[in-house]
Order: sequence, then C-alpha cells, then structure tokens
Amino acid sequence: MVWQPHDYENIPGTYVFDGQRSHAGYALNRMAFSFNSAANREEFARDMDAYCRKYGLSDEQREAVLGGDFLKLLHLGGNVYYLAKIAVFHGMNVQDAGAAFQGITTPEFQAILDRNATGFTDKLQQKGGYWHG
Amino acid sequence: MARIVGGVTTSHIPAISNAMAKGLEQEPYWKRFFDGYEPVKEWLAKVDPDIAIVVYNDHGLNFFLNQVPTFAIGCADHYENADEGWGIPTLASFEGDAPFSWHLAESLINQDFDMTTCQEMLVDHGFVTPMALMWRHLPNWPVKAIPLAVNTVQHPLTSARRCYQLGKALGKAIESYPEDLKVVIFGTGGLSHQLQGERAGIIDVDFDLECMEHIIHDPEWMTRFSNTELMEKAGTEGIEVIMWLVMRGALAPKVNVVHKHYHAPISNTGAGVLVLENPAS
Repeated sequence: MVWQPHDYENIPGTYVFDGQRSHAGYALNRMAFSFNSAANREEFARDMDAYCRKYGLSDEQREAVLGGDFLKLLHLGGNVYYLAKIAVFHGMNVQDAGAAFQGITTPEFQAILDRNATGFTDKLQQKGGYWHG
Repeated sequence: MARIVGGVTTSHIPAISNAMAKGLEQEPYWKRFFDGYEPVKEWLAKVDPDIAIVVYNDHGLNFFLNQVPTFAIGCADHYENADEGWGIPTLASFEGDAPFSWHLAESLINQDFDMTTCQEMLVDHGFVTPMALMWRHLPNWPVKAIPLAVNTVQHPLTSARRCYQLGKALGKAIESYPEDLKVVIFGTGGLSHQLQGERAGIIDVDFDLECMEHIIHDPEWMTRFSNTELMEKAGTEGIEVIMWLVMRGALAPKVNVVHKHYHAPISNTGAGVLVLENPAS
C-alpha cells in the first residue's frame, strides 16, 4: 500500500486535490457537502464540535474546522470548493480564504490579484481585436 | 438536421452570480466585465438558438466525491439549480430535451466516449452563471439546456487532448440528429486562477491571452499541455480551461470570430469571453 508520487507535487504552495488527498479528507469534505442543506447548516451552527464528531472527522480536522485554520484543512485533505462551504461560517469567502492560506489580509490578497493583472488592457491592444467598450 | 451555430466561452465563478443577484453590474469593479457581454447577448439574440449545451464542472452540488464521473451528460426533461451553501439565490429551473440528450449520449458512447447518463441532475454555479450571464434579462430561459459535466475537481482528471476529442465527437453527435435544431455550446470556466494554497491569487494574463488566441486559430496547441503544465501556468482551478476545448472541438476547424473580451481580475480569476461562429454550411 503505497501512494504513488506525482510531478504536480513539485508546484510550490499547491495541494492538488487527488485520490490521496480525497481519501484523507473524505469525512471532512462529506461534512462540508452536507452544508448544501439549510437544516444541516443550522445544526452545525448550534454545535460545531458535535457535528464534526457526527461526521467522523479526525481530532486534527475538527480542531482546524472550529479554529478556521484553512491552510491546515488543505493539508488534511480539504478540497477548496468544500472548504468554501465551511468558510461561510467564519464569515469568509474564497478571497478571504486565499488571504488566510498565505497569512495576509484580504486587501493584501486583492492587491496581489490587481498586480498580477496590471497592464492587461495594453496587452489586449497588442494582440488586437479585443472589445474595449 | 441539427446544426451548431457557434460557441461561447465564459467564466462561471459564483462571484459573478452574486454580483448579478445584487445588481452590481454597473459598479466600477464589475462594469467593464459585464459590459463586455452585451455583444454576446446581441449575437445570441441574432442566431436565436434552440438548445444550449453547457460544458461545466460540478463543484459539490450534484456530484459528491463518493462518485465522480469524468464525463457526464444530463438526459432529463428538466434541471434544477439548488442551494450550494453560501447564500446565492437559486435560479429558475431549466427545460431539457431528453430525446436529444439520449441521442448525444448514444452517439458519444458509440464513438468510444463512455459518458455517464444522468436522469436527475442538479446544476450548480458552473452551469447557471453562464446561463444568467446570457439571458437573465429575459423573463424565461429562451433555450432548452443540456448540461455536460467534466470532472475538473478530483484528480486524476481527463486531459486537454481528450476534451478536444470529445468536442469533435460531440460535433458529430449533434449534426447527426435529424431534427432542425440550432445548437450553441458554452465552454465554461477558467481562465487562470488558483483558489488554494500559498500560491492562491496567481493570474497569468499572457498565458490567458495565448489560450484565447490558440483556441480560436490553433486549438491543437492547447492539447499538447499536460495537466501539470496547465496547473503550473493557469493554476489548479485554471485547469478548467480544458472544458473550452470541448466547445472548440465541436466547431468547424475555421471559425468566424464574432467577439473577444478579457478582463482581470474578476474575483480571483482572469475572465475570457469568446464568441465563435460556425461558418454557414
């Protein structure tokens, strides 16, 4: 029983969601999937600890859920789309989570996005044929 | 015979649906992004399709990780949107075309694409965001819709090459249907974005524009990338761009470019819009 290595494991700061991670995070992601139902969300909000136990999360996963430690949850097999359903309870969206993964503020994260896109309209002009309003 | 009038590419992120639900389209952050869809809406009004095939990935609404089909097609009379857990209002249900769907499934399976057939299928933001972008100004959805879901969530994923081949098979499947239907195909998702990990927030404008140009003129270029290479360049979620190749594969080798629109960032993504028209046969 050996998990096979993959070349994508060399991409820095990246946790490709594959069979190994999905296997490790199954209970965690299954709990998050249950949050598609409003009744389940209410039950979770009433007693998060008990709800995590009901879904069979590991102690580490449960503590990370309760503490809103999203980088830890990635390490423990959380899938980002499912983590987004948990983030709601911490008042967070995917941009807040993106910031939290890096230990920065959401405005700092948004500044990175803006910087990455800087000058895109000039590039569109160079390529030609793009809509400009 | 059924005919493919053309294809459209679009982002499908929930932030767009949230902005539409809150009527933020003319806010400074969103205006340029949304205004760039007006020519798409005009083109759709002109070609007046009967059917939209929406190629998208489910993000944990219909398919949980207990069962993850690589390629799945809706074969139902109707499809419902539903609560994804983050408070965006659900949209009106979509009328399907079961006989056409089953024809597509049969033709694709006969062409060696082993589709999963779904007679009940909840459609998530990946499907409904594009539909709303195109037609929320109308009182009812003006087309029947067919969801075609590609797994881009749990690796191992299929490849860009395989998606392109699926598109070619889809094109043959559509054009072998005897009813006179006008079909448009939406290739959704992308462009570059990574939501997860310390690398979250990457946007690669140069790569995005290379993708847009090559999807138009040389889609084979896209098929040479491995999934690892695509994730290195476009991010773990940017790999959704492989779904554009399903749309492109179904179109003619040479297409007319009706509209090209790009904006970044939109939430965490580079957002690319193409309207490609099949030449009249």
